[in-house]
Amino acid sequence: MIQTENLMKVYQMGDNEVRALDGASFTINKGEMVAIMGPSGSGKSTLMSIIGCLDAPSSGKYMLDGLSVESMSETELAEVRGRKIGFVFQQFNLLARTSALENVMLPLTYAGVSGKERNDRAMKALDRVGLSQRTHHTPSELSGGQQQRVAIARALVNEPAIILADEPTGALDSKTGVEIMELFQSLHKDNGQTVILVTHDSYVARHTDRIIKLSDGHIISDESNANPIKAGTPRIEE
Amino acid sequence: MLFSENFKIAIRALRANKMRSVLTMLGIVIGVATVVALLSIGKGVTANITSSIQSNGSNLLTVSPGKQQTGPGGGGSQQASYLYYADYQLLQRSLVDNIAAIVPSYQSSYLVDHGNESFSVNVTGTTKEYQETNSYEVAEGRFISDGDNKAESRVAVLGAGTAKDLFGGLTAVGKTISIKGVKFEVVGVLEAKGSSGFGGSSDDAVFIPLETGYGKLFGSTATYNDKKIVNSISVSVANTEAMDTVSAQIEFLIRRAHKLTSSDELDFNVLSQSDLLSTLTSVTQTLTIFLGAIAGISLLVGGIGIMNIMLVSVTERTKEIGLRKAVGATKNQILTQFLIETVTLSLLGGIIGILFGIGLALLVTLSGAFTAVITADSILLAFTFALGIGVFFGLYPAYRAANLTPMVALRYE
Repeated sequence: MIQTENLMKVYQMGDNEVRALDGASFTINKGEMVAIMGPSGSGKSTLMSIIGCLDAPSSGKYMLDGLSVESMSETELAEVRGRKIGFVFQQFNLLARTSALENVMLPLTYAGVSGKERNDRAMKALDRVGLSQRTHHTPSELSGGQQQRVAIARALVNEPAIILADEPTGALDSKTGVEIMELFQSLHKDNGQTVILVTHDSYVARHTDRIIKLSDGHIISDESNANPIKAGTPRIEE
Repeated sequence: MLFSENFKIAIRALRANKMRSVLTMLGIVIGVATVVALLSIGKGVTANITSSIQSNGSNLLTVSPGKQQTGPGGGGSQQASYLYYADYQLLQRSLVDNIAAIVPSYQSSYLVDHGNESFSVNVTGTTKEYQETNSYEVAEGRFISDGDNKAESRVAVLGAGTAKDLFGGLTAVGKTISIKGVKFEVVGVLEAKGSSGFGGSSDDAVFIPLETGYGKLFGSTATYNDKKIVNSISVSVANTEAMDTVSAQIEFLIRRAHKLTSSDELDFNVLSQSDLLSTLTSVTQTLTIFLGAIAGISLLVGGIGIMNIMLVSVTERTKEIGLRKAVGATKNQILTQFLIETVTLSLLGGIIGILFGIGLALLVTLSGAFTAVITADSILLAFTFALGIGVFFGLYPAYRAANLTPMVALRYE
């Protein structure tokens, strides 16, 4: 499903070369729930943006769903983002003054789906995240947890191959965070959805089946987590 | 993606910032309104002047004193030059063919009284033919006759405006007015003719027999070296094809009378109405272009306003652009969205501006100064200009928005 080989990302900062990603190789299979973990500056955000086709690697190979991403044009990348990847961000990134339903419809609109089908699919996605009663509320009328649910519904609506969540609980209180983690776990268990969580928080990471740890642009460990935390288990630091 | 979807997105973005959209649009509204109004007013003035000149007849030659200006300050020592009553008599005697009428006139401004009313009015001494060559209609009484001139009668004919000023709505014919203290009997009142197109009204006037003027009113100001002078001699030509011939004859006759050699500059002008018309048309055309250019500048400023706002909007909505790209928007879709936003702003501004401009032009017409002429091409011009400005000034911000790397845009704070 996701296959990377020696991914590199180099930024030029003045005279200095910054290697945000320095040779990352891994494979994530369909239906896995994986956490990419590391402190800030470890390169996990860079990795996420490359996996999400938001940015291109400086070198290395990236196969997504059998497609070689590094050779794609900008327009093709936009299509891949729209159809194969569902993003969930820390700050929700919903369109202001736009109803939940219309926010969820946005990826369908860009994918060329319109009319009743678009409406039905958006309603279904909102129903899946438990917000079928809030479809016409704008983000400012929703709580943080509800906004993140709308964002998850938006990520689900195109039935993407992967859900890519960047610190999805980072802006939420712990109780709401638990609800969101529950939702991810149920998407993974019930629907077999591939979920990739990017986080600095080992407690969040331990909700997944597999944890990839990054440091200074290198993968320092890639281990399966035999007993993922069930959402709602009190936070105990390692 | 459908155009209508993009359009909806653009409209929503504009509505989200109503105040800002309105203010941005205002620049275009004012620009377009000025273009439409000024062009209409310019066209109206031109039409007005043209028709007022044509109403005097296109077959009129006007002889007036003065050297033909060869250029600014090209005259050197400008000698006063005069046209004499004798010149009129000469023309009267010598010109035979194709002549409908020859009309001398001497004009001066005097205080005209009746009872307690007193006005400074242009008093024109002339002959009976003046009425026809200048297209006046008599409302009451009669115009000056040949007999009045022969007898040097102290009779006066009032323009509609002057009659109203001096007598209100009351009958003027038969009453006595005094011009510079000299008593005149009012024998006629003219119909209103309206504005002459040169600021003054041709209805504020008093006409008296020219001979009476020389004998009893004008005094020494109307003579030069003991010769009676006139301000102008109008020659109405019966056949328009003979205009050039008659004009040449007049030039020849007066040149000889003024004892000018063939190398001397003329000390008088012979102008036809069509000469006057073409001069004035070129003046008003220049004026219209000038006004249009000013309006164009305000449109340009409005356009820059749009660009400014769109750039701010792109910066402000960087995150939104990033998100749109993350959920699958292509570069072209982002470009289209922002272009539609600017074009919508400028088109809406253009339409409102056109309505305002038409309103302004109608207001000018209603005020009675003159009739503004609203033409389809001035509206089309303003509309195209507004659209062009929208596309032109929207392109750069839209291009910037579309080219943002999604990751960079998403991380933008």
